[in-house]
Amino acid sequence: MAERILDIEGLVKVYGTVRANDGITLHVNRGEIVALLGENGAGKSTLVKQIFGLVIPDSGTISINGSVAKIKDPTDAIARGVGMVHQHFQLVPVMTVAENVVLGNEPLKGLRLDLSSARELVRTISERHGLEVDPDAIIEDLPVGTQQRVEIIKALSRKVELLILDEPTAVLTPQETDELLAVMKELAAAGTAIVFITHKLREVLAVADRVYVLRRGKTVGEVKASETDAAGLAQLMVGRTVVLQVDKEDPKVGAEVLKVTDLEVMDDRHLKAVNGFNLTVNAGEIVGVAGVEGNGQRELVEAIAGMRRPVKGAIALGGVDITLANPYQTHAAGLGHIPEDREKHGLVSDYSIADNLVLNRFDEPEFRNGPVRDTAAINANADNWIKTFDIRTPSGDLPASSLSGGNKQKVVVAREMSIEPRLLLAAQPTRGVDVGSIEFIHRRIVEARDRGAAVLLVSAELDEILGLADRIAVIHSGKVVKEMPAEGADRTHIGELMAGGH
Amino acid sequence: MTEFIRNNRVAVIGAAVVLLACIVLTLVAGTDSDIVRKTTSILRFAWTFAIPLVLAALVGVIGERSGVVNIGIEGQILASAFAGFFVAAASGSVWIGILAGLLTGMVMGAFLAWLCVRLRMDQIIAGVVLNIVATGITSFYYVQGKSLPSGVPVWEVPLLSKIPIIGPVFFRGGPIALGTLVVVVGLVFALFHTRWGLRTRAIGEYPTAADTAGINVNLMRFVNVTMAGLLAGAAGAVLSMEQSSTFERGMSAGKGFLALAIMIFGAWFPGRAFFAALFFGLMSGLASQLQADKVVNIPQQFINLLPFVLTLIILSVAAGRVRPPAASGQPFVKGEGS
Repeated sequence: MAERILDIEGLVKVYGTVRANDGITLHVNRGEIVALLGENGAGKSTLVKQIFGLVIPDSGTISINGSVAKIKDPTDAIARGVGMVHQHFQLVPVMTVAENVVLGNEPLKGLRLDLSSARELVRTISERHGLEVDPDAIIEDLPVGTQQRVEIIKALSRKVELLILDEPTAVLTPQETDELLAVMKELAAAGTAIVFITHKLREVLAVADRVYVLRRGKTVGEVKASETDAAGLAQLMVGRTVVLQVDKEDPKVGAEVLKVTDLEVMDDRHLKAVNGFNLTVNAGEIVGVAGVEGNGQRELVEAIAGMRRPVKGAIALGGVDITLANPYQTHAAGLGHIPEDREKHGLVSDYSIADNLVLNRFDEPEFRNGPVRDTAAINANADNWIKTFDIRTPSGDLPASSLSGGNKQKVVVAREMSIEPRLLLAAQPTRGVDVGSIEFIHRRIVEARDRGAAVLLVSAELDEILGLADRIAVIHSGKVVKEMPAEGADRTHIGELMAGGH
Repeated sequence: MTEFIRNNRVAVIGAAVVLLACIVLTLVAGTDSDIVRKTTSILRFAWTFAIPLVLAALVGVIGERSGVVNIGIEGQILASAFAGFFVAAASGSVWIGILAGLLTGMVMGAFLAWLCVRLRMDQIIAGVVLNIVATGITSFYYVQGKSLPSGVPVWEVPLLSKIPIIGPVFFRGGPIALGTLVVVVGLVFALFHTRWGLRTRAIGEYPTAADTAGINVNLMRFVNVTMAGLLAGAAGAVLSMEQSSTFERGMSAGKGFLALAIMIFGAWFPGRAFFAALFFGLMSGLASQLQADKVVNIPQQFINLLPFVLTLIILSVAAGRVRPPAASGQPFVKGEGS
């Protein structure tokens, strides 16, 4: 039997009412590459943070090299041979590569820092593992791929036996990704065990020996990478025991409402996230954009909503060009937007529920007397929506932050529906929302469609897309790889398309 | 040694040029000539002016390099000047007075660190608290008619004090004046060539990186801000004991704030802060000398205004050109912002 380096038994971590990790059991052998798959919020990051001592488990055990380890901080983890490359690099931007590598473990010559032996250390490790980097380069001048290499060197310099990589390829270009995968294989061959988190099935199949699939804090699957394929993994990842069935009639498709032509949008790192995207959405239909997260969905939604400026292409809403419109203008053109991140873009947490319900219309005559806000009208409006949307709160005067996730989302949905939008842009509309609210929100979205609105639904949940959409567009690497009617769509086939297959 | 010279070519050449200029000037014009006397006197004025500023600027440098903004330096100086003077008067020993000044600065530093690091109070407000407390206490407990038991001794550094012009100015003075030079050199070394320095810069730039490397960020910030208080204490003691022998209300006269401007002008480098402070002193000294020589006739008030006008100009020029430590002013909470 292979030598076990990591053994996790019944690990539990609870945040408030959320069981982030709910009895996770897994093991990793020496020289093995293990992939952790799962949707956002499945508990992957929480799991690895516990192995590295950044989060303390509530119960369960972590054993390293056969003995139970109580890891209370990163120093502890490092001492036990665990290294971690964080999703957000933990490097001091103004310092050199060598300085960053030795930080916390500095070689000294008397009182002096021994930087020449630090440089030597970097050179030795980089030569041994083919991780080319200049020890004297300043971190902030280096491209992300190289910065990641520095992170790996930093971990290796501490003599790691178990290396954790948290979404290592999320920030990399395809070329850098291939380089990283090669390094990972090389390290594993040299005896290092690697645990890595990813959303990308191709990478899993390319390097992993074994795969654990996490869902809602539980390990729901363990497969050998050699015994599965993209389709199998996709099914494990998106498969649900509870399938949400939405009752809806056939769509009465009307005129074209949204037309996106050859759209190109940059992400925050100035890389092309949306790359030649084409799509039309007609009145009275729901078009679902399916895709693995990080394939340009966020940037697409933000571009349509006016929150991000496209670099190329055009967006038209009802024949009006809104390519360069700001959110106020897109709203005026008839766009209702349920943003992906409701805390950041959907609500003002400190404002009352009533105020949040009129955020998009506070300046309309209905809600003001001349320049003064009409509190009575605002409150009446709130009471009305609280009743029709069944928002669970004792009063509309309470701050939005007092609501639960599902009820917060209802506030956002109610507000965006209140303008009877021509186009409803719903991004992850049921993320982090309880089952009851999910059903309610789904019903509302279908109602909006039946009223004649065009709906663009972007979701990472394939079930949601399959349940709601009339037409499905699969997005990969920032463009639509396939459009199909939702009726008779094969989820396995979509899963493959999402993963970049054919 | 050769490596040191190679790495600090500009500094070494600069020092050599200044040294040579002084020697040549003295040889050509003679030790007692007008020009040598005046140069010495302007330089002495500049250095006297600069000493508390250099010390105070270093307090700021250490704090911000560690990630804590300290605008309470003014209060630290004032309280230390007060404590130094009155303890010396009461105890009959200037040495005990100086010690009291240093400790007062340190205690106030610890108080600031406690507010900022432990309680995570807004650092600007914490600094203001320090200033108000110091002003209040030193005004309330002020008594007239006390005097120092004796002057602070003046020492000469052998050999170095014999250098023409520079020697008597920089290498002849009280313990704090001479100590300031040692501190500047020591801090340049410590900040850039020791483990403490690397870690200090890391916690001021990107504390989560330091944390994941196993460094106790908050403990280190606490210790650094507290120890920097010793320098603020020295700045206070030098005002009330070495450069004068009296304490007056509001004696710090904005030096703590001027020091922050010098810190920025020096781009958070101890060595540059030293020269920036000297530059401020030189400008003031020059103006005073011109005034005394009746070359220009400007009311004294405008001359006194000069450092502050300079501050305005320098800060408006420096803004956007120099970059403060990235995490300066931000409390560190473990586990936040992954």
